Amino acid sequence: MDLSAINPAVLIASLMVAAVPIMLAATGELVVEKAGVLNLGVEGMMIMGAVCGLAIAVEAESPVLGFVAAAAGGAALSLIFAFLTQVLLANQVATGLALTLFGLGLSSLIGQGYVGIKPPPTPRLDFGPLTDIPVLGTILFRHDPVVYLSVLIIAAVWALLKFTRAGLILRAVGENHDAAHALGYKVQRIRLAAILFGGAMAGLGGAYISLVRVPQWTDGITAGAGWIALAIVVFASWKPWRILLGAYLFGGITVLQLNLQAAGARIPIEYLSMSPYLITILVLVIMSADRGRAALNAPAALGRNFHASR
Amino acid sequence: MTGTGEVLLRIEGLTKAYPGVVANSDVSFAVAPGEVHALLGENGAGKSTLVKMIYGLVKPDSGTMTLRGAAYAPSKPGVARQQGVAMVFQHFSLFEALNVAENVALGMQNPPGMRTLASRIRQVSQDYGLPLDPDRLVGDLSAGERQRVEIIRCLLQDPKLLIMDEPTSVLTPQEVDILFQTLRQLSAEGTAILYISHKLEEIRALCDAATILRRGKVVATCTPREKSARDLAEMMVGETLTPPARSAKAKGAVALEVSGLSVPSPNPFGTSLKNIGFSVQKGEILGIAGVAGNGQDELLLALSGEVRTARDRIRINGEGCGDAGPNERRRAGLVAAPEERLGHAAAPDMSLTENALLSGAVRKGLVSRGFIDWAATRAFAGQIVDGFDVRTPGIWVAARALSGGNLQKFVVGRELSQAPTVVVVNQPTWGVDASAAAAIRQALIDRAAEGAAVVVISQDLDELLEITDRFAALNGGRLTEPRPTQGLTVEEIGLMMGGAHGMEVAHHVHP
Repeated sequence: MDLSAINPAVLIASLMVAAVPIMLAATGELVVEKAGVLNLGVEGMMIMGAVCGLAIAVEAESPVLGFVAAAAGGAALSLIFAFLTQVLLANQVATGLALTLFGLGLSSLIGQGYVGIKPPPTPRLDFGPLTDIPVLGTILFRHDPVVYLSVLIIAAVWALLKFTRAGLILRAVGENHDAAHALGYKVQRIRLAAILFGGAMAGLGGAYISLVRVPQWTDGITAGAGWIALAIVVFASWKPWRILLGAYLFGGITVLQLNLQAAGARIPIEYLSMSPYLITILVLVIMSADRGRAALNAPAALGRNFHASR
Repeated sequence: MTGTGEVLLRIEGLTKAYPGVVANSDVSFAVAPGEVHALLGENGAGKSTLVKMIYGLVKPDSGTMTLRGAAYAPSKPGVARQQGVAMVFQHFSLFEALNVAENVALGMQNPPGMRTLASRIRQVSQDYGLPLDPDRLVGDLSAGERQRVEIIRCLLQDPKLLIMDEPTSVLTPQEVDILFQTLRQLSAEGTAILYISHKLEEIRALCDAATILRRGKVVATCTPREKSARDLAEMMVGETLTPPARSAKAKGAVALEVSGLSVPSPNPFGTSLKNIGFSVQKGEILGIAGVAGNGQDELLLALSGEVRTARDRIRINGEGCGDAGPNERRRAGLVAAPEERLGHAAAPDMSLTENALLSGAVRKGLVSRGFIDWAATRAFAGQIVDGFDVRTPGIWVAARALSGGNLQKFVVGRELSQAPTVVVVNQPTWGVDASAAAAIRQALIDRAAEGAAVVVISQDLDELLEITDRFAALNGGRLTEPRPTQGLTVEEIGLMMGGAHGMEVAHHVHP
């Protein structure tokens, strides 16, 4: 095994790229869950984003339009979820699972015409001379815009939840929807907005897989990333910066095990492939082992439907 | 205070109907500035619907409201708040995971920045003698302090009319005194208060006028100081009330013995039980008082067997059973009726028959070799419905369809019909109308007279004073030494319950 082939700077740079899809999806789901809604359809919304993004990027020959379409596709799918759970008061767990299955099927149907087609490449952001700084240049300044966008979104969500009135109302709705309603806040409308945001973020994350990471279409391209995003939200105790940590950890181990495979490590490939999932969950479980405080941070109305009665 | 002076809020002919029930029918009354006006009525009399219309949460079907001479029809609570109407809710509209300042900000139309708001909260809380730390999590506050949060949230908006929905149900007598001082101060400053309650002595002590509602209609308007509590009660209920009758009887052997019981709470905001000890004899009723959230739920869970502990901590008829589950304890003779009717005491979507089976299976032998004896189960359910005057179309009806009082009669009746030797009930008459409450209390007394040891956990002091032989109070998860109920004064009870909750703590924070 030749470990010297693994360059740490390149490793870090590529883990940042590998982490983007789950980071985007998890950030969206964080906002949804903070509003008290449990949407288990992240995987379905991601793959819808992946296929919509690829299709539009290929047809319009523009990766930017592709990402926009991906966000729209994810949001459109989440609108079904919002209608079923917020208007018809369907069970959120069952609806979310159904949404994933529906998304997988529909994306496979749409994607049939795009198998094997390469989407237009997403250009890197040009930082000029900064790119040439040794090590730092490789790690920080050779990425496409979506990598920076994902970190910006984490920061924005953190600031929104912590400092703004909109964030306070969102948290209040997720904490006690009856009290929020009694104070005159529109619970359903706020939740609808949160669900749409979550759908758009999952769609963006999915498109990053099909337009940048892979970049082409195969059925089931998201390969469980949506489920990891869901797990990360819970184990990150609904804290934005911990989502960044969890996503980079997952991305890091994914990239490392690929490098190890390439370097010819004498561990069966199957073990290496499962290691990112296993280690990410293990680390996050240990971090949130103090159940009392983790439970405190969970939105109290999570997964409960609201109906204004009396 | 009189009908001739200026009027702040006038309500005329307000009507609101829901499918199958008329909540308010042609309700009219007026409130003057600075007046403390009581809305008196039983549960389901339409008090809550009425104030929700005033606060803009519910739209009336017909009728008009006038505020300070101008037509007033709030489309949402925000509009009501802008016009100077504020409301303190019965079940607090607070968010446990947020801090005091954030909770206050959520109830305001245009809150200032968090730092300004925090200093204003400190200011107002000092002005009105309601000490409160803006940075504390609401989940860590006592019920009395939570109510302060609600009141201060209202006061910061300088209201002209303050609506208070059953504000004292969760307070100790000392906390009630502090609240009344604050309300009198507000009234003297010209703020009108609309005070909803069914506690008659409070209304007689505090209110200038009272409007009495029964089944959605105004049945009387009076000056409460001029009426006796009994008069008010009979106007409210519309019938003559008979207090429960009990006879002196000999006590038997100790049936339930609890010693050194310490149990961590299963809920993040719950109260852990700390070294609880008491014993109850056959034929005796022990009352356990306490402000909500001082360990009542945990005590019920520990006694019913839902939370297990060491074997000798709990003894039923001398047999250690602290490690036994609910069914084993039922077999040993202990039955329990928790506070939460829907979802804990009864499964909401199951029929009365099925609910009867769920707790009666063990002691009534309704299951043999894994098969249910439906005939015997239906007979058992029918016996409960007949014996406890549960008003229901039939035993096939889902538990959720019964009114609170009727379901409570069913739940208590189901436990008492199993010939238990130990009965544990939590809040047996919470949210139950006066006649049903009297029936439930009588049933508890009767069961004790037949030789059961009864533990009544309740926040209703009048109820405990009426039916119990001995009295103890839970405070922060600790139980006081039980004392004979006869001869206890309200002052002593208040001290047992922990006096004014959290006052000392709050004073330490802001000397």
